Amino acid sequence: MNKVAKLALEDGTIFTGKSFGAEGEIDGEVVFNTSMTGYQEILTDPSYRGQIVTMTCPEIGNVGTNSVDLENQSPHLSGFIVKENSQVYSNFRADQSLHDFMSKNGVIGIEGIDTRALVRRLRMQGAMNGVLSTVDLDDESLIAKAEQSLGLVGRDLVREVLPAQPTSWSETLSDWWHFDRDSNSPDADNAPHVVALDFGMKWNIARHLVDQGCRVTILPGTSSVDEVLSHHPDGIFLSNGPGDPEPLYYAIETIRGLFGKAPIFGICLGHQLLSLAAGAKTFKMKFGHRGANHPILNLDSKKVEITTQNHGFAVSDEELPECLEVTHRNLNDNTIAGVRHLQYPAFSVQYHPEASAGPHDSQYLFKQFREMLSKPVGAV
Amino acid sequence: MPKRDDIRKILLIGSGPIIIGQACEFDYSGTQACKALREEGYEVVLVNSNPATIMTDPETAERTYIEPLTWEVVEKVIEKERPCALLPTLGGQTGLNLAMELEEQGVLEKYGVEMIGANAAVIAKAEEREQFKAAMNKIGLGVCRGETVKTLERAREIQQDIGLPCVVRPSFTMGGSGSAIAYNRDEYDTLVQRGLDQSPVTEVLIEESIIGWKEYEMEVMRDMDDNVVIICSIENFDPMGVHTGDSITVAPAQTLTDKEYQRMRDASLAVIREIGVETGGSNIQFAIHPENGRMIVIEMNPRVSRSSALASKATGFPIAKIAAKLAVGYRLWELPNDITQKTKACFEPTIDYVVTKIPRFAFEKFPEADKTLMTQMKSVGETMAIGRTFKESFQKALRGLEIGTFGFGSDGKDLWYGEDRPSRDDIRAKLATPNEDRVIYLRYAFKSGMTLEEIFELTFIDPWFLNQLKQIIDLEDRMRAIEKLSDVSDELLLTAKQNGFSDRQLATIWNLSDLEVREERINRGIRATFKSVDTCAAEFEAYTPYFYSTYEQEDETPPKDVRRKRIMILGGGPNRIGQGIEFDYCCCHASFALNDLGIESVMVNSNPETVSTDYDTSDMLFFEPLTAEDVLNICDRVQPDGVIVQFGGQTPLNLARALETAGVNIIGTSVDTIEAAEDREKFQRILDKLNLKQPANGIARTMEQAREEAKKIGFPSLVRPSFVLGGRAMEICYDKAQFEQFVAAAFVVAQGQPVLIDSFLEDAIEVDVDAICDGTDVIVAGVMEHIEEAGVHSGDSACAIPPYSLPGPVVDEIKQATKALAMELKVIGLMNIQFAVKKDDDGKPIVYVLEVNPRASRTAPFVAKATGVPIARIAAKVMAGKTLKELGITSDPIPSHVSIKESVFPFRKFVGVDIVLGPEMRSTGEVMGVSKRFSIAFAKSQLGAGIVLPKEGNVFISVSERHKDRVGELSQRLHKMGFKLLATAGTARRLSEANIPVETVKKLAEGHPNLIDHLKNEQVALILNTPNGKGARTDEGRIRATAVQNGVPCITTIQAAEAAVKAMEAMREEDFTVQSLQERFAEAKALADASKD
Repeated sequence: MNKVAKLALEDGTIFTGKSFGAEGEIDGEVVFNTSMTGYQEILTDPSYRGQIVTMTCPEIGNVGTNSVDLENQSPHLSGFIVKENSQVYSNFRADQSLHDFMSKNGVIGIEGIDTRALVRRLRMQGAMNGVLSTVDLDDESLIAKAEQSLGLVGRDLVREVLPAQPTSWSETLSDWWHFDRDSNSPDADNAPHVVALDFGMKWNIARHLVDQGCRVTILPGTSSVDEVLSHHPDGIFLSNGPGDPEPLYYAIETIRGLFGKAPIFGICLGHQLLSLAAGAKTFKMKFGHRGANHPILNLDSKKVEITTQNHGFAVSDEELPECLEVTHRNLNDNTIAGVRHLQYPAFSVQYHPEASAGPHDSQYLFKQFREMLSKPVGAV
Repeated sequence: MPKRDDIRKILLIGSGPIIIGQACEFDYSGTQACKALREEGYEVVLVNSNPATIMTDPETAERTYIEPLTWEVVEKVIEKERPCALLPTLGGQTGLNLAMELEEQGVLEKYGVEMIGANAAVIAKAEEREQFKAAMNKIGLGVCRGETVKTLERAREIQQDIGLPCVVRPSFTMGGSGSAIAYNRDEYDTLVQRGLDQSPVTEVLIEESIIGWKEYEMEVMRDMDDNVVIICSIENFDPMGVHTGDSITVAPAQTLTDKEYQRMRDASLAVIREIGVETGGSNIQFAIHPENGRMIVIEMNPRVSRSSALASKATGFPIAKIAAKLAVGYRLWELPNDITQKTKACFEPTIDYVVTKIPRFAFEKFPEADKTLMTQMKSVGETMAIGRTFKESFQKALRGLEIGTFGFGSDGKDLWYGEDRPSRDDIRAKLATPNEDRVIYLRYAFKSGMTLEEIFELTFIDPWFLNQLKQIIDLEDRMRAIEKLSDVSDELLLTAKQNGFSDRQLATIWNLSDLEVREERINRGIRATFKSVDTCAAEFEAYTPYFYSTYEQEDETPPKDVRRKRIMILGGGPNRIGQGIEFDYCCCHASFALNDLGIESVMVNSNPETVSTDYDTSDMLFFEPLTAEDVLNICDRVQPDGVIVQFGGQTPLNLARALETAGVNIIGTSVDTIEAAEDREKFQRILDKLNLKQPANGIARTMEQAREEAKKIGFPSLVRPSFVLGGRAMEICYDKAQFEQFVAAAFVVAQGQPVLIDSFLEDAIEVDVDAICDGTDVIVAGVMEHIEEAGVHSGDSACAIPPYSLPGPVVDEIKQATKALAMELKVIGLMNIQFAVKKDDDGKPIVYVLEVNPRASRTAPFVAKATGVPIARIAAKVMAGKTLKELGITSDPIPSHVSIKESVFPFRKFVGVDIVLGPEMRSTGEVMGVSKRFSIAFAKSQLGAGIVLPKEGNVFISVSERHKDRVGELSQRLHKMGFKLLATAGTARRLSEANIPVETVKKLAEGHPNLIDHLKNEQVALILNTPNGKGARTDEGRIRATAVQNGVPCITTIQAAEAAVKAMEAMREEDFTVQSLQERFAEAKALADASKD
């Protein structure tokens, strides 16, 4: 546990700490997440593909990991950076330590560095590429590797996290979701059928759709319009996923072809893809939004939702097509956080109403989607 | 939507005197609210009886009423000021209860005052247990099984269902007052009966015991549009069973997964919505079963609380300020986040450090009290520490506590490496029942070889926390295995500092001085770095300079502005008896003064309740323990041009020498002078030189020496340990036997320091004087005549400005002596002197000097409120180099009114404790009564302190032999007012002889019905009892303790009895009138101007 680990950034900064989790070397975009809970969900969120995630909360690992709070089969992120990884875990639901979980899943971790100094650097300089290593401890070599790291822009990371084939999903929300459990059990015959295009989907989205009484089929995000329609969807869901939306021309094409065929709901990457399909532009943010405390103003209700966010790209206000109406904005920086298509029954949000980790304020969006499904397709 | 423009004038009610359960946090919240509302252009009318607050400064509100907090008095304020709205949620439980009374009495309706923030229905729904329970059931949230009962009979009926142990909580009391756990049926009956008696609505809640469950608090804010955010989650280190005010608490919550946390968050939102708190902050407590996660709601406070002050300091989010703005109509998203400036207040702070709060207790003052921690709060203060990890913040908090601990063991308090190493049995006992030492004994438990599991079984403290403690101990053991500091690797030394080890602990391990350790680590480049508290974990740039120390790579303090002078103020640390809000008031004023002079102010303090630790108060705030090491670390970084040690009470004074030795510039009165005033011999020479008298005195290092001194000094004498605060172990001895006993006790407390013996001046009048000296001129700002005789601790006695019985020439003599002493001691800044005036054999009053303190005193805020002269602020300017002349202060202030300060005691929290006043200070707070007339001012001060002087009924009189003559006249007057007199045989005979009708009551030993029966049957309205003996086991002691528990006013000195009778007479002649401080000061100014012409 006391082995040295180093993090090198492309700007030449080196942080030296201790290794935990798996050993080895990995490169990626170094980002930070400000959520104080839910490291297990963050670790298993496929949207972190290609990224080395720093937790700003200093005490991590306290509650170990369990077999329930998973957002995917296994972690997809490249590396994990914490101030202090707990030696023991204490939680009645836990079944193994964070160290063991990461070791088993090959996630390299570093602890004991000044994570706040790192975060400040990322805030001021923007997200940077970096290398995390327990094998190469030579600073110059590491910096050179960091400089050569590919980064996210222009890369199609979705193909790395896609499901191999269509699957049907039936798991609903965790028993720990509601303090007063009151869920809709899907009525097999009348349940609307939602086809979810999976670009690296967090499982809690599917669980929410089931909780809303939907029958859920998950298709790889590379599916064509015909493939999607062959499942006779009552609604189409566009999932979150890693990286830059622009290289995902196939998904954008598909979505464009699906407009008007069934109500569409997109989250995070799905939101960006929907916007791109409608003619909007996206851009890379300086250091993105990652956390569980981002205030979003719903422009219809004028109410604020505290949301979970995880994105480094966003839909641009510039050249926003007339067919898209902005429905939500981020109160911190006023970026677009939600849109509605004015011609087709389609809407999307940049943030994560499925939460996990994070507040449940925006769950109503699943209900909203469910209500759209009750209406005959085409009647907007 | 922007703020409301249909309201203009807003009434705010403060929380009154500092008591257990309600401390400075409500000065912090009230002051923030006043500032926030005025910023928006509202006119603020404030009522609070506590003069030692920043909120009652004349600049804080438009109209400030320092008046008793009763609905009748507040009605007068409302009648006069006609506010449009009342904001009830910022003055603690007192403010909330008072608002409810005003509503119930129809006052609000009568004058058309709207309750904003939370209305009466909402408050009742949150506060009344049955309503609350029904509301929780409605939203599907679990609560404790239990029932509210109004009689003992009903309580007995439901006992079977609820089971034992169970918790008994009286309704509508503050700080959980009266709450306790019953383990058997006898206890159950006793606790229920006591709870019914204590509850203002004769109601107790009986609930299933959830002892040992994990305990959490959520700080929630809501606006009018139903936007709700969580500001902070807090996890209690001490599980359920210990009042949260007495628990060590940690932020953020450490042992919840996101699923469990979000479930609690959802529940919090549901609770605030269902209860219907319209706007503002609330605090919701939860318990979670550690093995199955069952979650229940414990309670909700529909107002800002002690925890919201803690949450504000822990996150940087100013809950009270935002709550005030929400109450007038703003939405959360319309308000900026002060710290980031660019983002909005509508978000949930995220923190990248760990905060630990540890309560501070004062059981040594109440030896008869039950020291077990339970559901009734007993602590008197708290300290908070911030570190990058739990281990660091925990050890910092332990040294911030200022009880001699410098972290988790390896300090002067460490019993493990001394002769008194505790046994396994001691350890098990200390762990099994929660008590103030338990945290320290957790270390001994590990040291003794107990396993984490064994410790958990005894304490139910979460294994995660226990493991953290174990890690600290393991690190300690690693260091102990190394012979000397020079052999310790840089890496290990840095690790120790990162884990919160203080230089003192390291010095103890290797038998070095603190400074040697400091030098060694600085030579190795191991220095503290400072990081910002910014609400957002560095996601946005922070503009508020609020810092804490840690040992990390990067430091965030901005470079010093070389054009600006920078002065550091050292605060008073956690509240304790003898050192509380008064000193925080002074520190804030020092900061205001520096601001006036354009000097950059740097505040250092560790008490989260205070105004001084509001990041708005000073230019820079360092939330740090007040130890030499921590202060020097800050000095290294910020390079202050001067440091003020005079204002934070004894805490900074104790650091003065070490700081000066390390090259820090202490401004104002020199450290030598501070020490000279403490040094008996030096002080004697100064008095001789000035031809001033002090009582005969001596100093003893051994019992033998003490006996020698006693022979010279005679009896009665006053003994006390030196270098000890607040009259600890100070006693009056009337004979040899007492002398032997008390001197022996004093030596124990003195811990190697000598014991001081003074001739005790019986029947002397004590006088407190506060003065400011700039080295050339002296202003005597206040001469306070005590009501109680000398011998009652000055912090416990009532006092009056101006003196009410002293002849003019005596007052002049006192002023002259004050000026001479100030000049001779070369005081720069504030000084407090205690005098005693005793008539000699010829009846001529002789002035004695009892004590000189060249620092701000506890009375500084009272003097400021009584005279209108902000003496702390002026003194700070003098210390920064201004002269009194430059400041336009050329003559002693002449008060236009009589102001009485009365002390407030925590006796109700400590059942069975004798309430007799003595040389050991035991009060926690103070109130002020003001009027043109002494008697009315005194009556107001009594009412403010919660002593309702009766207008009719039975008065029980029992006085010691030496007061029997004086009591005759008092009895006559009481009789004339129509009171029926009760007395025990001795006193009754004397009264009968004087032809005063009196009924004889049986002594306790004489059977029933005796006085205690009368008390319980509410047949006694007032007790006048001056003691023959002292102690809870004496009959008198039991009577007095019973009086307290039954809420019957009990006056224990003849002087106070005389003042009270005078007040009762005056109250028959005239009703109270209320007048604002601003009006009063204008009158005083007119008076002063007139006298100049």
